[in-house]
Amino acid sequence: MASGYSAKEEDGHHSGAPGPAGSAAARSRKPDNTAFKQQRLPAWQPILTAGTVLPAFFIIGLLFIPIGIGLYVTSNNIRELQIDYTGTEPSSPCFECSQNYSWNMTRSCACSVPFSLDQPFESNVFMYYGLSNFYQNHRRYVKSRDDSQLNGNLKSLKDPSKECEPYRMNDGLPIAPCGAIANSLFNDTLELFYNEPNGTKTQIPLLKKGIAWWTDKHVKFRNPTGDNANLTAIFQGTTKPINWQKPVYELDTDAENNGFINEDLIVWMRTAALPTFRKLYRIIEKRGSASPTLPRGNYTLEIIYNYPVRSFEGRKRMILSTISWMGGKNPFLGIAYITVGSICFFLGVVLLIIHHKYGSRSNSADLPH
Amino acid sequence: MLRRGLNRLLGGDESRVDSRTVYVGHRPSPTAPAFVPSKFCDNRIVSSKYTVWNFLPKNLFEQFRRIANFYFLIIFLVQVIVDTPTSPVTSGLPLFFVITVTAIKQGYEDWLRHKADNEVNKYPVLVLENGQRTQKESEKIKVGDIVEVLEDKTFPCDLILLKSSRDDDTCFVTTASLDGESNHKTHYTVPDLDSDLVVLNATIECEQPQPDLYKFVGRMHIHKDNQEPAVRSLGPENLLLKGATLKNTRAVYGVAVYTGMETKMALNYQGKSQKRSVVEKSINGFLLVYLCILLSKALVCTTLKYVWQSRPGQDEPWYNQKTLKEKEANVFLKMFTDFLSFMVLFNFIIPVSMYVTVEMQKFLGSFFITWDRDFLDQEIQEGALVNTSDLNEELGQVEYVFTDKTGTLTQNNMEFIECCIDGFQYKYQNLHMEVDGFCVTDGPVSKLQQKAEQEKEELFLRALCLCHTVQVKEAGQGVSSADQVDGLDVTSAMEQRGFIASSPDEVALVKGAMKFGFTFLGLECKSMKIMNRSKKIEAYELLHVLNFDPVRRRMSVIVRSAEGETLLFCKGADSSIFPRVKQEEVDRIRMHVERNATEGYRTLCVAYKQLSNEVFARVDGQLREARLALQDREEKLMAVYNQVEIGMSLIGATAVEDRLQEEAAETMEALQSAGIKVWVLTGDKMETAKSTCYACRLFQRSTELLELTVRTLEEGGRKREERLHELLQDYHRRAVQDAPPLKGGVTRSWSSAAQEYGFIIDGATLSLVLNTSDAISSSHKNLFLQICQNCTAVLCCRMAPLQKAQIVKMVKNSKGSPITLSVGDGANDVSMILEAHVGIGIKGKEGRQAVRNSDYAIPKLKHLKKLLLAHGHLYYVRIAHLVQYFFYKNLCFILPQFLYQFFCGYSQQPLYDAAYLTMYNICFTSMPILAYSLLEQHICIEVLLENATLYRQVAKNAMLRWCPFLCWTILGVFQGLLFFFGVHSLFGNSALQDNGQVFGNWSFGTIVFTVLVFTVTLKLALDTRHWTWINHFVIWGSLAFYVFFSFFWGGIIWPFLKQQRLYFVFANMLSSVSAWLVIILLILLSLLPDILVVVLRKPQGPYAQQKKPAGHSSTGGPQSFSRPLLMRTFSDESENTVL
Repeated sequence: MASGYSAKEEDGHHSGAPGPAGSAAARSRKPDNTAFKQQRLPAWQPILTAGTVLPAFFIIGLLFIPIGIGLYVTSNNIRELQIDYTGTEPSSPCFECSQNYSWNMTRSCACSVPFSLDQPFESNVFMYYGLSNFYQNHRRYVKSRDDSQLNGNLKSLKDPSKECEPYRMNDGLPIAPCGAIANSLFNDTLELFYNEPNGTKTQIPLLKKGIAWWTDKHVKFRNPTGDNANLTAIFQGTTKPINWQKPVYELDTDAENNGFINEDLIVWMRTAALPTFRKLYRIIEKRGSASPTLPRGNYTLEIIYNYPVRSFEGRKRMILSTISWMGGKNPFLGIAYITVGSICFFLGVVLLIIHHKYGSRSNSADLPH
Repeated sequence: MLRRGLNRLLGGDESRVDSRTVYVGHRPSPTAPAFVPSKFCDNRIVSSKYTVWNFLPKNLFEQFRRIANFYFLIIFLVQVIVDTPTSPVTSGLPLFFVITVTAIKQGYEDWLRHKADNEVNKYPVLVLENGQRTQKESEKIKVGDIVEVLEDKTFPCDLILLKSSRDDDTCFVTTASLDGESNHKTHYTVPDLDSDLVVLNATIECEQPQPDLYKFVGRMHIHKDNQEPAVRSLGPENLLLKGATLKNTRAVYGVAVYTGMETKMALNYQGKSQKRSVVEKSINGFLLVYLCILLSKALVCTTLKYVWQSRPGQDEPWYNQKTLKEKEANVFLKMFTDFLSFMVLFNFIIPVSMYVTVEMQKFLGSFFITWDRDFLDQEIQEGALVNTSDLNEELGQVEYVFTDKTGTLTQNNMEFIECCIDGFQYKYQNLHMEVDGFCVTDGPVSKLQQKAEQEKEELFLRALCLCHTVQVKEAGQGVSSADQVDGLDVTSAMEQRGFIASSPDEVALVKGAMKFGFTFLGLECKSMKIMNRSKKIEAYELLHVLNFDPVRRRMSVIVRSAEGETLLFCKGADSSIFPRVKQEEVDRIRMHVERNATEGYRTLCVAYKQLSNEVFARVDGQLREARLALQDREEKLMAVYNQVEIGMSLIGATAVEDRLQEEAAETMEALQSAGIKVWVLTGDKMETAKSTCYACRLFQRSTELLELTVRTLEEGGRKREERLHELLQDYHRRAVQDAPPLKGGVTRSWSSAAQEYGFIIDGATLSLVLNTSDAISSSHKNLFLQICQNCTAVLCCRMAPLQKAQIVKMVKNSKGSPITLSVGDGANDVSMILEAHVGIGIKGKEGRQAVRNSDYAIPKLKHLKKLLLAHGHLYYVRIAHLVQYFFYKNLCFILPQFLYQFFCGYSQQPLYDAAYLTMYNICFTSMPILAYSLLEQHICIEVLLENATLYRQVAKNAMLRWCPFLCWTILGVFQGLLFFFGVHSLFGNSALQDNGQVFGNWSFGTIVFTVLVFTVTLKLALDTRHWTWINHFVIWGSLAFYVFFSFFWGGIIWPFLKQQRLYFVFANMLSSVSAWLVIILLILLSLLPDILVVVLRKPQGPYAQQKKPAGHSSTGGPQSFSRPLLMRTFSDESENTVL
């Protein structure tokens, strides 16, 4: 009935008008003389003039170009070797394996790819596997995991999150680890052999620890407790992911790398940002300072080919790379820094010219006044 | 409109009846058929909207009626129902926050209203019931109750005064809380009533409640045993209004006629129509654009998704199977839900928080106006008043100012200057004057030192003393302190006597008469006492007052002298008096009147007439009859008045000076140089108004005046319409066609070559222009508008209040719909104040009605300058920047997310974590812009006031037009692209740490988000010209908070979250040198165009910021503006540049 009826004045005691400021005005008719209320707060009033910006341009230019050159050189010094072993071409050694593939194959298919290094890899070498056209960042895929299960929560172990569907239960048993991500764990085995000039093949030892983020390995991923170290018992009542050949408690023989804290699993569970990605697989540590980690020569990459990518036109790569302080090989940063530095420097010069030319001219024109 | 509201209020049944019948004391009348206690509403005031029970549903309903809230609710519901990429929390939380805050605010306000209501409703009152005084709560009063009110108490409802404790059957009230007029008003009891109210048997017939405070018609039937009922007319003078306070009277008794929500006070507070600012319209326009962007983005993504999925192996690769439910879903339904999902994913582009921030900015910003000490008037000890905070920025957009003259341009502080009696001019000079108090100065026609006959002089002065409605302020009320002035003679004590009147002219006239020896002593028992020159007291019986009204423009009194003569005295504007007096007297006086008018004085003519007994008896009867009429009382009275006030003889004229307001001329000049067109709308005569315009420098000597008044129309001796057409054509040719086209930015100060025009029109002509037959009228109207728009100043005189509003409306609706501002101080300005985009009330002397109806109220006209040039300008810049910035920051927030869809199989995968999505607008980027929009002074206030031309920079919504909007949008798109593809290139090799480990998709998002937060905050920092400690605090504080929050958010395994997506992502990001490098690079690169633009296009910056000596800046200003852009920038800079 009385909609739109403003009642502030209703009491008849103050004649002040309505509105937000009405009450304030009524309270103290006389405004305070504070700097804030009078909008006179002391203020710094920076002026971006040619005078302040020009030096900044030059400084940025002079700073960025060396950084960029440094980055570019660093990136160029990184050795990187990529071997595509997808095997879609008939000439490829893995052609056979890639053609006759099915998940329930009992015998695994092996193939080997020879390659040679023209230059030795001096420092620690990091071995990555790379996948292309593999949408690890697909929404359905990204959310298909249960972090609390992976964190060792017993309740989630037996009753995984709904997000894991359709990889949640199998034959009435909960899947551990559940979800599409875990289910599609990369399961090719890559081994590296050095073909010594005398013809013998030496296997290069590959470290499988230190490939996952430390916090992931030690905090985010935990095996379900139960004091008995026997993982088999803990995972009783769960089943392995459909596409896995072994259950999760048999991923590794090393107890520190088994179950949910298996580093290959952890690395895989960190979903990649883009459909073409690489993930750290193994580390080849440099032994002694005398010889390079991977000397020049011929090598063989032995692959146990389990992971199908043909169905979605994906590709698989093995990448050997050294690492610098800035990470892996990526010329982008260096080029970008050099470009931006140059642009700034160039702009500085242009502005300086304009500044001098027009500044002096109009100054003289102003003089008569 | 109010009437319609009223009808709604009353319900259908009662509204059909034009009057209501009230039984005094609930006693049935013997004649009335049957005592039917009619149902009137009780005396409860309900101003609260909600009760405890309906608060939640009603408040929610009202909040979701706002389109924006509703939109967000829909988005939220979509998120709940459909499987969407972001959790409902991301949009639900901000919405919940907004709704809760609003609900709390409204709930609190409503609680205050409840409290106030209760205070009023539970207020104890004394009600006379069966002869007993019983105490009741105010809300229990029913229509017909007889209520006793004691001194200094407010009336609990609208009462008809039945009995007063004063002997003269009057009482005094102040209506300060109703209309702000603090003077005491006299109200009268119903005449000839039995003193014993217990036995009073009467019915009152009165009109249905209506909101006009000053109108009331009713009739009282008094039933005495077996007699014909006696009838008394009731008018506003018998009605005591709820909210008014009883003064100077011990107690009164009255019968309640209107109660509760039907009292005039309650009816008067119906909400004013909401004014919306241009900025709001701009926001809505931009919103539409963004909505289109949103829809097209969602559409593009949906389409591409299905194109992409049609390739084999993409839709459902072996590693990423769909659930059974998803497989079975209908494909079209899926498309639709996909579309909705994309909408939800991108919906952050239209942020909830913008509405909150805009509201907060307006609300908090308006405090700066009330706090401003420059608006503090020492005299009344009051500052400015903000009645609505919605229009702050509109103050920076004003193109037309419509100002009232009296009380606004002029002080309304009247001083009697001279009078003219029978063609001879009298000027009061000083206390040392001739014995008789007159000093005769030269009349232009009459011979020197000649005087009018003594008899005429005295008649004139008596007329001045009698013809008014002035009250004498009683002793002890402040002014007349007779004790202190002991020893002074009588006259000086008299001179200190206070007079109270509704119009200051009357006081000036009475005081003027006093100086000449005739003193008005007061009105007692319908008899006016005056003291004449020989200190004798004359008494006149006041028979009738024919009230002043703006249509008649005159007032009269009918008095009977002690000798038994019945006299009518009339005073009024010359135009309304001259036709009603004998013509031979007119010419002698007209010359004086016109001369006085050109000098800027207000002139009134005084006439009188002797009424024979027969005539009086007839008039008396007619007047009484008209006063009793329930319907059309006004019209009937007017007819009688017009009939009586005829054939009078002119005695003389008065001239009263109305001084200009302080700095009126400077203010007007500043407004004009700010590119604002000033129109003066006044009810005053043309000559007076014209002289005021000259005095205010609205017209200058070089200004060519185009007059369109009754006089010019009658010059040709032809029909008015023809002449009007001809004149309009002529003026149009001169002012519009021949004038060089006005270029924006060229101001009159330095484009002096062009002829300036001033336009004058009067009310009669205006109605001729506006109200003639359609076809011609519209062409006339067009011509008229075009002429006016090409004139520097327009003067409209002789305007009725409604005509003022008509003019404002006409300009408001003209091409380009310019922003109009009305400023006025009196009740007659209310209509134009309400009509204009912005209404400014001056806290003047003519009551508070204008202030009450205004959007902003200021004590003096001179404050208008700062209000517009400084506050308005700053508010506009602030809010414009706020709006643009908000759209920009959300565009570059969502664009990377959109681009990411191309790389994640159009799967609606969000780029940022849900916490970031939610917090971005609430926490990370909201405070700096709020602080900016409250504190920014891109040009300091002093400079803004000094250089009125700066106002033109923001004229015509300059910062919110499509061009700047496009610039901001392009910037947003550029930065969005840069953020995404910069980081994308970096992720060409995701091994970014020195231990060879790789980053995942959440790291990708976090890097983009970090760049984003820093860039948009630093972009604001670049735009900030006025860094107070608050700005420093919120800008650096926000960034620090972001970093702190990210660490915190990623530092814990959150127990109730399904996914620990961001666990240590931020910390890991910071451990990567490459991430640092790319963040720095991208921030710098995205700010680069801004820095360039700032450097290259900053004409006013250095000039305005340097506090040059005032003289230099005022002379150098215009020149530096006319120089080419680039040159100016660098030359001005070079003065303080080291390089």
